[in-house]
Amino acid sequence: MTMTLNTRPATLYSSASRVSPMRKIVVLGATSGIAVEVQRQLAQRGCELLLVARSPERLAALESDLLARGAKQVLTCAVDLALIQHHAKLFEYVCHSFPGFDTVLLAYGSMHDQKDSETSVDVLLDELHVNFVSASAILTLFAADLEQRRTGCLAAITSVAGDRGRRSNYVYGSAKGALSLFLQGVRSRLHPAGVKVITIKPGPVQTPMTDHLPNAARFADPERVARDIVRALERRAPDVLYTPKIWRYVMTAVEHIPEKIFKRLSF
Amino acid sequence: MSSQSAASLQRKPAPALRTGRYLSWGRYPKAEHSHVYKPAWDDQIPAILKSAPDGSVLPYGLGRSYGDSCLNAGRALVDCRRLNRILAFDESTGVLRCESGVSFADIIDVFLPQGWFLPVTPGTQFVTVGGAIANDVHGKNHHRAGTFGAHVRQLGLHRSNDGLVVCGPEENPQMFRATIGGLGLTGVIAWAEVQLRRVAGPWMNAELVPFQSLSTFLDVSRESDGRFEYTVAWLDCFAGKNPRGIFFRGNHSAETGKKLRPNHGKTGPKLPFALPSWLLNRYTVKAFNAAYYRAHAARKGPSLVSYDSFFYPLDSVRQWNLLYGKRGFLQYQCVIPEANVAAIEELLDRIARSGMGSFLGVLKQFGSAPSAGMLSFPRPGLTLALDFAVRGERTLQLLRSLDQVVQESGGALYPAKDARMSPALFEASFPRWRSFVPYIDPKISSSFWRRVTWANQNEAQSQ
Repeated sequence: MTMTLNTRPATLYSSASRVSPMRKIVVLGATSGIAVEVQRQLAQRGCELLLVARSPERLAALESDLLARGAKQVLTCAVDLALIQHHAKLFEYVCHSFPGFDTVLLAYGSMHDQKDSETSVDVLLDELHVNFVSASAILTLFAADLEQRRTGCLAAITSVAGDRGRRSNYVYGSAKGALSLFLQGVRSRLHPAGVKVITIKPGPVQTPMTDHLPNAARFADPERVARDIVRALERRAPDVLYTPKIWRYVMTAVEHIPEKIFKRLSF
Repeated sequence: MSSQSAASLQRKPAPALRTGRYLSWGRYPKAEHSHVYKPAWDDQIPAILKSAPDGSVLPYGLGRSYGDSCLNAGRALVDCRRLNRILAFDESTGVLRCESGVSFADIIDVFLPQGWFLPVTPGTQFVTVGGAIANDVHGKNHHRAGTFGAHVRQLGLHRSNDGLVVCGPEENPQMFRATIGGLGLTGVIAWAEVQLRRVAGPWMNAELVPFQSLSTFLDVSRESDGRFEYTVAWLDCFAGKNPRGIFFRGNHSAETGKKLRPNHGKTGPKLPFALPSWLLNRYTVKAFNAAYYRAHAARKGPSLVSYDSFFYPLDSVRQWNLLYGKRGFLQYQCVIPEANVAAIEELLDRIARSGMGSFLGVLKQFGSAPSAGMLSFPRPGLTLALDFAVRGERTLQLLRSLDQVVQESGGALYPAKDARMSPALFEASFPRWRSFVPYIDPKISSSFWRRVTWANQNEAQSQ
């Protein structure tokens, strides 16, 4: 049996949703737990999406799902973004088959067991490479393009873990912190061109990446985090988005603890 | 330093905390699980099944089964909620193919605006497609449409020993019949193809008919079956042998002009914690039932209502199960052959005398269409469902006395609602359960299954 996918918009409901400025979004790391939720909400708004992730099977499942949920167009590209040698080709593909994209969201990351990266340099380097080196490399390509076109929005998911080095999580934290700093610089660089750069700092979220952590059941709901992200992309309000919002205040407090005391804390 | 020792304590693995608590809707029994797998992608299931020891896992959806059929105490669960993708939809035929963790609420959200609705739905939209198949759920249209399983055209089943098995009425029909109503025991459902039903819009032409006795209920029910697609009755179980109640009946409306708010009914109030159990006693519940009856009897006659208030009145209060207090509640749902209506009277009489009934008494006449699954519950007769707050031994004693009536009348209990039936009553309810046993996946087991087949365990294993 051949099945077609339906893209007819919802017509039986009165809808309060506004026409959003973002219509064409590139998602790097489309199969990550948070990205999956963000994409659903973008699909419901009738956006066009280009999804980049490693697994073609998972991308295919996402494609059909997002089309059924209202996405106007879904393109997929199976690439391992950790392999920087593939970035140029990917970038070329995006520009060619998804011209005029207005938003780029980087959503991938990896979190090894901190203990492993303390004992194995390979694990440490991999963590830094995936979360920071490869991420800043691919963002550089997209930043130049948006700067040249003087339009759009570049957003990346970093983490509250990057705000201060903590005993239990400093390798992941330093990679994400480096990415936050990188974005800060890019933001300043792209400001004259009118390109928005958003640093998204989620607290712990219930996703496959964090399932193995203690207290994972108390982490934030990815759907809620995605709602915050979509709102930020739509309104383009904040430069740095903490989600859930409480983390802005928590991290302000954490950053103000004197190092003398902080080094004794075990979290 | 003290902070260091606290840290080393924190880092110790705490499996129960890691996963959160997985309970059933009745919040009884309070099972603990050793581990919960949370696959996000279909390709992860085979590895989970492969690595698991025999009889150690059970697929879990939204946890809307009331008793222990969705629990696997001391062993592991496979939480399927992240497997929630729509894989294909045929606009011309209404055939939907989706992963097993897609919820009914989700299907309604996506497809009702396009003029499609679920072919069969239980009283909550917060169930997964996988759970609906595993319990072969029924709804208010059972007399017309049969069970949910009757609308499943095909499904893909991950089996630990033979990979992905595609089954349907033509392909692997026995495995198909075992999986429908198979309580999740035959494998992890990867995807299913479901025939949706065309509707004009989200509106229902509903009608309320008050009744004051079981015979009036039967008259109204028989008279309604031909004219109404959906029928069900609410029952005041404190009224004894001559129960009063409200008969709800309705059809999908052709109304398309009126608009529905988006997210209608999905953002209602939420019960934040378990209420103290003294709050529900025979006097408060009696008063509630009387008020409920009067309020609805006053609204008798036809009206135009939205689909969610017609099908899912309870969904408007999220976590309403916390109403019954910390100890949880038991739902008792039986079916009694129509020839033995006296048995329903006897059940209601025993409940009224005990003073332990609750406000959710539901009565419905099943249709005669044979169910699609080997272990499907619906069969011709009257089905009665009642809630009982868990109050220890006296609750169990009352339910045992109800069991006696059900068993003597040739009736059956519904596994999806059960946390306590005896192996003997299970045997009486599902006399052919042994022919189901060969289809159980060797890696899968459940608290319910171990409990009801315990007496015959050796026998079951030898088959």
